Amino acid sequence: MARSKRATPSLARRQFLQQSALAGAALVAAPVSVGAQPPQAGAATPAAQGPPVLTHAAESAAPADVQVLGEGERAGSDFMVDVFKSLGFAYVVANPGSSFRGLHESVVNHGGNRDPELITCCHEESAVAMAHGYFKVEGKPLAVLAHGTVGLQHASMAIYNAWCDRIPVYVILGNHADAAIRRGPEWYHGVQDAAAMVRDYTKWDDFPWSLTHFAESAVRAYQVAMTPPMAPVVIVLDGGLQEHPIPRSERLAIPRLSLPVPPQGERGAVEEAAKMLVAAQYPVLVADRMARTPNGMTLLVELAETLQAAVIDQGSRMNFPSRHPLNQTLRARAAVAEADVIVGLELADYWGTVNALRDQLHRSTRRVAKPTARLVSITTGDLYIRANYQDFRRLQEVDLAIAADAEATLPALIDAVKRLATADRRRVFEERGAALAQTSRAAGEAARVAATYAWEASPVTVARLSAELWAQVKTEDWSLVSSYYSNDQTNWPRRLWNFDKPYQWLGHAGGGGIGYGAPAAVGGALANRRHGRLSVAIQTDGDMMYAPGVVWTAAHHRIPLLTVMNNNRAYHQELMHVQKMCNARNRGVDRGEIGSQITDPNIDFAKLAQSMGVYAEGPITNPNDLGPALRRAIAVVKKGEPALVDVVTQVR
Amino acid sequence: MFRGFVTVGVLTLAAAVAASASQQNPPAAKPAAPPGRVEAGGVLFKKVGCYQCHANEAQGGLSGPRIGPNVVPFARFSEYVRTPTGEMPPYTSKVLSDQDIADIYAWVQARPRPPAVTTIPQLAP
Repeated sequence: MARSKRATPSLARRQFLQQSALAGAALVAAPVSVGAQPPQAGAATPAAQGPPVLTHAAESAAPADVQVLGEGERAGSDFMVDVFKSLGFAYVVANPGSSFRGLHESVVNHGGNRDPELITCCHEESAVAMAHGYFKVEGKPLAVLAHGTVGLQHASMAIYNAWCDRIPVYVILGNHADAAIRRGPEWYHGVQDAAAMVRDYTKWDDFPWSLTHFAESAVRAYQVAMTPPMAPVVIVLDGGLQEHPIPRSERLAIPRLSLPVPPQGERGAVEEAAKMLVAAQYPVLVADRMARTPNGMTLLVELAETLQAAVIDQGSRMNFPSRHPLNQTLRARAAVAEADVIVGLELADYWGTVNALRDQLHRSTRRVAKPTARLVSITTGDLYIRANYQDFRRLQEVDLAIAADAEATLPALIDAVKRLATADRRRVFEERGAALAQTSRAAGEAARVAATYAWEASPVTVARLSAELWAQVKTEDWSLVSSYYSNDQTNWPRRLWNFDKPYQWLGHAGGGGIGYGAPAAVGGALANRRHGRLSVAIQTDGDMMYAPGVVWTAAHHRIPLLTVMNNNRAYHQELMHVQKMCNARNRGVDRGEIGSQITDPNIDFAKLAQSMGVYAEGPITNPNDLGPALRRAIAVVKKGEPALVDVVTQVR
Repeated sequence: MFRGFVTVGVLTLAAAVAASASQQNPPAAKPAAPPGRVEAGGVLFKKVGCYQCHANEAQGGLSGPRIGPNVVPFARFSEYVRTPTGEMPPYTSKVLSDQDIADIYAWVQARPRPPAVTTIPQLAP
């Protein structure tokens, strides 16, 4: 209970005291600094040298006996919250930390804990991954608060995932820059250049030095993050800037947010691409990070249907309906091999799309696409690239590279194709479309038949798990917010489920960092909550164990989410890597499982969830128990709570 | 911690194998499989890691195709295990004898046939 020892001073009085304090501090500091290093002849004047030692602390320090804000004052962090409200953040996700205590207090009191509402996380990596998943549903970034050096280090893996996935995450980092007023622990949490540790995989950062500077940087950061190629940004907030009072009468401007319009491809280049597509015998459209908005899928459907062209959805976004007759994703390699024109739309890995690498003792590569196939690229990846981290992948030679946003370019490309398509070509298109529909139907049917094998097996097959879950959700307004091995475009949900809405598939981690799935699912479910959608996740055990505290976050904030554990009790992919080494070295694979199994003891995920207040069942080993368990859990989720069903599964 | 997410196509007992897996009656001219022990084959299937890509019942997974119960002729099966052409790692006779391969072959052949897809409501489109 802090109380001032005297009547609240007037503003004039406060300014007077601050000036007095400044003068006093300067006097105290002078004998030390000046006495130790007397000015030399010809040395710069004090003004030219910049602020003397301790000036910033002295300027900003309040008198020691003043402990509460005066009537005519407000906190700097109150203004910060006003700025964040202007940017439209619905939530701010954070593990609490003293370096942003001023902002924390302002969010919950000055801001009323609404827009943004504070979401409590148990780990900064979870907070960032939640923001990652949230954006994929809502198309808006979340603000993430992280505590000084330690919070950002915890957050860094998830920031890297978001960077690799080109997802905007808005990271706000607390820091105490002024060494003269740091408390003891703040020395470990203070840093000269806080954002440096993630600068290789963020798009922009700043350390604003005044509230006006902050407002401009906060708005600029949002604009930068949301301009394709989108990526995380970091704003570092000085503790003093957050906590020191400012006069209420001081007018601080909040810049208006204007999001730049994404760049469309140059008209001549788009016309050339259209000519290639119209003339092609077997054009293939390959989309990866293409659908930036819900309209992206609509546009790709229109282009594909105009051309009756094959489409491969590599799955970083929900680009194309899974059961559309032109969807050839389940036979992607064959489609690429047949193509005479391939248009890559925001491909993260164009080289890997048209080539294959054989991972044996001596690695080898081969081209999958025809040598004569003409390759077109439309991507913002050509507009922005960073050094050091190698997420840019191998350089693929293409015939036409259009440096532009693919979704923004599709309308012009569609118009050009429609203009160039003659009646003769349209007849060819129709024949091609009919053939593609047949292969697509056959691939879908083959997938359903494949799922019947080992249908009654225990542990449960991943196909059975996916089929049982699909049977429960297909009549709902559902969203698969995270899925096992989501980077694989032929996993079971993608083979069996009917994805036809933009929020039904959210892609993958981006950087392949394990620990993304569980928090991204909670973030996606948080976004779905206001739309009343049924959020479901197929959750791997290894991923869950990175930061299971996010289960508590879902319970605490009443985030409805059905988590179905794909519990194969191993880091299975790594196990296969070790086996490959065992075989290559001809030593047998008897010990290949050492180091990558998650057994002895087996983890009871139902108990783990129950310990955090979540309804849970399992472990389920009999596949016939799965359907009823899912129904019970979905009933809980529909009441607005999270639920978990632990299923012991086969490999994948 | 960073994990690579290379889609590991280990143990692909082959596109070639998968292509033939739908053949209900392997050509009679091919050499017959040597006598194999089903139970021992099941143990080996797990022990030497076949299940990792082809799944517990040889039904196939993300990284390896289905190889049973309709299996390719033994000669082709054995040749591919020794000298695979895809992502599957090779198994030399030092780590897997000819008898071991025969045992695994027998177990894969003995996998139960699945129910018809039309009898499974959960697989309705």
